[in-house]
Amino acid sequence: MVVERGVEKEREKEVEVEYTRLRIPFGPVHPALKEPVSLRVAVRGEEVVDVDMVLGHVHRGIESLAESRNIVQTLYLIERICGICSHSHTTCFIQAIEDISGITPPDRALYLRTLIFEMERLHSHLLLLGVMAYEIGFDTLFMFMWHVRERVLDLFEKITGNRIHHAMNTIGGVRWDLTPEMAEEVNAQMREIEKSIRYIRDVFTDGTVEKRICGLGVLGYGEAVKLCVVGPTARGSGVNIDVRKDHPYAAYDDLEGEFSVIVERGGDVYARTETRILEALESINVARAILDRLPSGPIRPEENVFRLMRKIPEGESVLLVEAPRGELLHFVKTDGKGGLKRLKVRTPTFSNLLSLKPMLVGCEIADIPAIVASIDPCLSCTNRLTIIDQESGESKSIDVDRLRRMVRRKWMRR
Amino acid sequence: MFRVISDSRVKSPWLFHLNTGSCNGCDIEIVAAFTPRYDLERFGCLPVGSPRHADVLLITGPVTRQMLPRLIRVYEQIPEPKVVVVVGTCASSGSPFLGSEMIEGPVDRIIPVDIYVIGCPPRPEAIVKGIVTAVMRKFR
Repeated sequence: MVVERGVEKEREKEVEVEYTRLRIPFGPVHPALKEPVSLRVAVRGEEVVDVDMVLGHVHRGIESLAESRNIVQTLYLIERICGICSHSHTTCFIQAIEDISGITPPDRALYLRTLIFEMERLHSHLLLLGVMAYEIGFDTLFMFMWHVRERVLDLFEKITGNRIHHAMNTIGGVRWDLTPEMAEEVNAQMREIEKSIRYIRDVFTDGTVEKRICGLGVLGYGEAVKLCVVGPTARGSGVNIDVRKDHPYAAYDDLEGEFSVIVERGGDVYARTETRILEALESINVARAILDRLPSGPIRPEENVFRLMRKIPEGESVLLVEAPRGELLHFVKTDGKGGLKRLKVRTPTFSNLLSLKPMLVGCEIADIPAIVASIDPCLSCTNRLTIIDQESGESKSIDVDRLRRMVRRKWMRR
Repeated sequence: MFRVISDSRVKSPWLFHLNTGSCNGCDIEIVAAFTPRYDLERFGCLPVGSPRHADVLLITGPVTRQMLPRLIRVYEQIPEPKVVVVVGTCASSGSPFLGSEMIEGPVDRIIPVDIYVIGCPPRPEAIVKGIVTAVMRKFR
């Protein structure tokens, strides 16, 4: 972009640090940031002027694959859309299928689904808080968070047999039951996790962290509504939306009184972080309530899954669930022969990514990682940034590792 | 001389992790392998940000079309001797994404692979073992 330059500006330019052109094919991955996205950030000096995004590096064609497979195969396929919110995806899909076929799962199955759901939210938020700590240069806290998260993963392993892809849902119910010993174990671990989260909250409200992330990446209420932001990102900006309250699914109907929707007014990175900490505590409350009230009975229909699958009539359904990152939408259209005509998935990160622009514009380059992490994106291999200097129109690439070093240097100066 | 360099790698292999379209499951398990419970760093492993510094390439995900040229470029940028460790079932064999038009993988169709760590996703212990076995075999 050609910008008018006066003599003074020329002089300023000479003083400016010249970045060398540095291209690294894949942003040095911090593997906890998922879903490759390439950010093109235009800067004037240190200030970010414009942001552009390139998506689609992990396009695996899941929606078209689903059309060529039967429903049970698709169930395992869509679990692999995301490794962090895998249960949210299957719950959304399977509820749409149950909606079409008219199967009502037993109460115990619904409660178990909800239990896994809340535990997933817990582990996802712990993961993000760890990443958040890492991005602001607080490695000890990152390690601590991930250590706490291991407890949740242990519970997953005890209940479902898997740490990441739980494969819990099946048509009309769930696949694994919760024994009383397991319930006790979950209760005991939740107590420990709650203690850790309360400690983490103290650390995050400590002046050091607060000073670093307060007032960063502000997303106002109006803008949040306009951009249709969802999940903790929206709730951090004062928008009171939560699918669990607005359109209850699974067992959330009965559990409505057990949790509250956390809404923070700040709209900055700090508010979003705090929303997640408090939400993790709410998740523990829900999990406890589920264990208290867990009804007895069967966990799935007697009939074989494949027989059930063949009975599913032609139809279509749209279902919403509140995934850890926000509202997740599945549109399912069945063909009446056990297969799918069309599947459409809209993930929360897709809605949230656009909000990066108002957040990033006006901030400093060194704050970019913290802000990007604060919306809990699914970014991965391409978290490489291209920096375009508006003065000269020159495009430069800078890798995230270097950015992180810049963050730390900035912090040291304070 | 080569022997000395190779021996030094046994004690401190540097890892570069490349996501070629995985679902994040393997990626978070790789990070989990670095955290206190599994502590991959006790073997001297260090995740690095540039393939030019790396000895071990960890690959996750079936190779998507957009990532194919990048995978090849990253592989070529890693200095010899190098080890390629493939993590996860979809990187090892392509399933459950086999048949998709967007998938160019599995990884061994594109670059030579030394160790396959299977599982969907594999446990961090398996990843640790895969890396250690690969390093022992190739660099000793």
